[in-house]
Amino acid sequence: MTAPIPLSLRVNGERVDAHALPRTNLADFLREHLQLTGTHVGCEHGVCGACTVRVNDEIVRACLMLAVQADGASVQTIEGLSDSGEIADLQEAFRARNALQCGYCTPGMLMAAQDLLRQQPAPSRNEIRGHLSGNYCRCTGYHAIIDAIEATAHLRRRSAR
Amino acid sequence: MTEPSAKQEGLSVLDRPNSYIGKTVPRPNLDRLMQGRGTYVSDMELPHMAHVVFMRSPHAHARILDIDATAVKQMPGIVAVVTGKELADVITPWVGVLSHLKGLKSAPQHALAIDRVCWQGEAVAAVVATRRALAEDAAEQVQISYEELDAVTNMRTALDPDTPVIHASLGDNLAFERIHHAGEVDEAFAESDEIVEAEFIFGRHTGVTLEPRAVVADWNAAEARLTIYQGTQAPHMVQNIAALHLGLEERQVRVVCKDVGGSFGIKVHIYADEMATYALSKLLKRPIKFVADRVESFNTDIHARDHGCKGKIGVKRDGAITAFEIDDLTGIGPYSMYPRTSAIEANQVVNLIGGPYVTKNYRARARVVFQNKNVMCQYRAVGHPIACSVTEGLVDFAAMRIGMDPVEIRRRNLIADDAYPCGSPTGLKFERLSHHASLAKLMEMMDYDRLRAEQTELRKRSIHRGIGIASFIEVTNPSAAFYGVGGAKISSQDGVAVRLDAQGSVICQTSITEQGQGSESLTAQIIGSVLGVSMDRIRVILGDTDNTPYGGGTWASRGAGIGGEAALQAAKILRKNILDVAAAILQSTAAELDIVGNAVVNAGDRAPRIELKELSRIVYFRPDTLPPGIQPELMATRHFVPRQYPFAFTNGVQASWLEVDTETGFIKLLKHWVVEDCGTIINPQLVDEQIRGGVVQGLGAALFEKCIYDERGQLTNANMADYLVPMPGEMPDIDVGHVVSPTSESELGAKGAGEAGTAGAAAAVSNAVNDALKPFGAVITEIPITPQIVLTALGKI
Repeated sequence: MTAPIPLSLRVNGERVDAHALPRTNLADFLREHLQLTGTHVGCEHGVCGACTVRVNDEIVRACLMLAVQADGASVQTIEGLSDSGEIADLQEAFRARNALQCGYCTPGMLMAAQDLLRQQPAPSRNEIRGHLSGNYCRCTGYHAIIDAIEATAHLRRRSAR
Repeated sequence: MTEPSAKQEGLSVLDRPNSYIGKTVPRPNLDRLMQGRGTYVSDMELPHMAHVVFMRSPHAHARILDIDATAVKQMPGIVAVVTGKELADVITPWVGVLSHLKGLKSAPQHALAIDRVCWQGEAVAAVVATRRALAEDAAEQVQISYEELDAVTNMRTALDPDTPVIHASLGDNLAFERIHHAGEVDEAFAESDEIVEAEFIFGRHTGVTLEPRAVVADWNAAEARLTIYQGTQAPHMVQNIAALHLGLEERQVRVVCKDVGGSFGIKVHIYADEMATYALSKLLKRPIKFVADRVESFNTDIHARDHGCKGKIGVKRDGAITAFEIDDLTGIGPYSMYPRTSAIEANQVVNLIGGPYVTKNYRARARVVFQNKNVMCQYRAVGHPIACSVTEGLVDFAAMRIGMDPVEIRRRNLIADDAYPCGSPTGLKFERLSHHASLAKLMEMMDYDRLRAEQTELRKRSIHRGIGIASFIEVTNPSAAFYGVGGAKISSQDGVAVRLDAQGSVICQTSITEQGQGSESLTAQIIGSVLGVSMDRIRVILGDTDNTPYGGGTWASRGAGIGGEAALQAAKILRKNILDVAAAILQSTAAELDIVGNAVVNAGDRAPRIELKELSRIVYFRPDTLPPGIQPELMATRHFVPRQYPFAFTNGVQASWLEVDTETGFIKLLKHWVVEDCGTIINPQLVDEQIRGGVVQGLGAALFEKCIYDERGQLTNANMADYLVPMPGEMPDIDVGHVVSPTSESELGAKGAGEAGTAGAAAAVSNAVNDALKPFGAVITEIPITPQIVLTALGKI
């Protein structure tokens, strides 16, 4: 087994200096080293989207990225986006529309939704569905999630006027 | 003691001022989940905790020759390698049978296989290490040698004389058989103008909870007590079973269930690897964590369906259905699951076929056979999707044969809305259903006639769209008739304790559990409505056998109907107790007072008299100021179980509108409608979202989901990339409507809603596909309806 490798990164704006084994993926690093358990692990092979986090402004599957690859990067997790208030409106829309049941997919879903809304302020329902095509939800049937994101886009456009 | 639910107070929770019943209010505590601050079992870490990884059989059927772990003992972080024989000293085996399913048999199953493995994925040895990755490293170095045995994989030949018997002690591979005959079936078929027969095939599929099954078991040797943290739907059931097989008393076992990442029936069973984890904790005297990885989930989470059902329907030219007949066959894996058994799904199929219709002539046979595949058991809507698809498929074929519109044949055969109470040919008791009102509402919601016209127009342009209708009934609010009568220690009653705290807020402990359905919300809504307390002042505690009343949990669409009624009755008692104290304090009478908006008010003019906060202060801190002889009881507990009806049946109807690409075989779902009747609706949004989520699981079964085994019993698509589940881009918007027929068995009147969506979705889709393909004379009776199946039916491949 290879020895742990030092890495230095920013996680939710906070500097983190740590050692991680080369094989440790970013999801496990966040969950087990930093106890940021909001990043969920559903499939461990890049399909379900539950581990979606933002690395240097791009959303990635934390289970498909090694922790050491995040050396020098800026990582945002659901905890960070929640505390900064960046997605407070989106979370409120999810609450109002009951766009989550068990909540396991929700952090990843919110990450992906915010990513879409930053790129496309007026997405159609089909575009929303398309952008979430890498995020599984087994509880809601998606309809409520699409509604909540559509409503957030609408509110953001109105307040931007 | 529960008093009869007489409406002695002269007011119903349904019409109280500021009632939350029937209102869409957001679920409490969603922030925790939305901010990633929930506590799922997979998030948990305990001091001195070790992780278990299971070595699993690569073979469907094999003898275990040797387990050699010598190379592992020196590996970093290793705690132990434990075999089935070693673990059998700690935990006893079990047999998944119920006495009311006459003739059901199964073989003893161990927490870890001993001598022989019976499916690919069965756990053979446990590797325990300080980190999961280290346990996985070590597991690669454990050498297990097997002698492969013939595998029984095809359920159709499982009973053939030359097929090996999986468990010699059982004599054959037949786990269960049920035969039912009601009315005059042969005469009815003889008098029919047309008889249609078809064989329906249902793919094996599974629940794919996004959080895999996970357990942390913590045996405290000093306390002689086991705490099990587990994402389970039925904590008291787990407590009972763990204690039974570990040789403990139930008081020595506590089951704690925090956030659960999806359940759908997957997490209501007792799995061998979970039992092994409890036992390992006891053996190794430290907390042990097991989290299934996704491959393990596919290989060991219960599968469901996998039925082949021959069906027959007789019909007169005027549309009258004369009789139904079925012959159902299902393969359940090598063991009947514990403790709910794997015969329930087939039993439900027999019970439910033809359920919405008036004909009394019905003959059925169902056989349940063993095979060397993963175990099958109850998953959301148990048996309903099969019964509904067979029944509704046959009804559509009969309509097609006599040239009648599918809606019209249903109108002529559905049980009349004024015919209740009545029964089914299988002895089901229907208190009050609303098939015709539901169908009428559906027609209106989907604008059926316009859609038919659109379909006709599009056909001229070679666009092939179909409309599929499926009426259904759903078993909800099960009484002891489901499991208790068969000897299983699975409670059918639920309990709620509710108390006023010292600041006038309300603490509620309920035995139903939360996996995202909204159990917490509906409980708070009911209690808030009855007590006149705002929901933000109510805290609901669930999922902890130390801290809730004894009860069944959340499964079989029972939480709202049973747990909700217990909450209502407990809150009524507390309300009465509060008013008695208030009357003493205010020198008034309880009848002259009410509670509204967190304060005791005059019943007449609603003038505020005393805030609950102040009342609590007096009761808890200045009882000396109360009149002599007053002993306030600001806590009340009530339990509820249905007694009059074994099940509260609900009903509904679904419709699918879809397009079939006859060149590629792809199906595009355009729209889906559901009308259902779950009685009193506590929170319309939560009910609708249960329906939608349930529909999409049914749509997955209809089009995508299948556990594909090869002839050697190898699961070939045990990962999320190859096992297809519905994704947002493929799912339609789903419109939901309601008809409301409350059950009079409870004061609340609520029936279940959790499984209705799954019950009828696949049937609606199948019927819509066949409707779309009608011009081609192609008929499909197999799900999932993959492009290959469509093109095969069209004769294109």
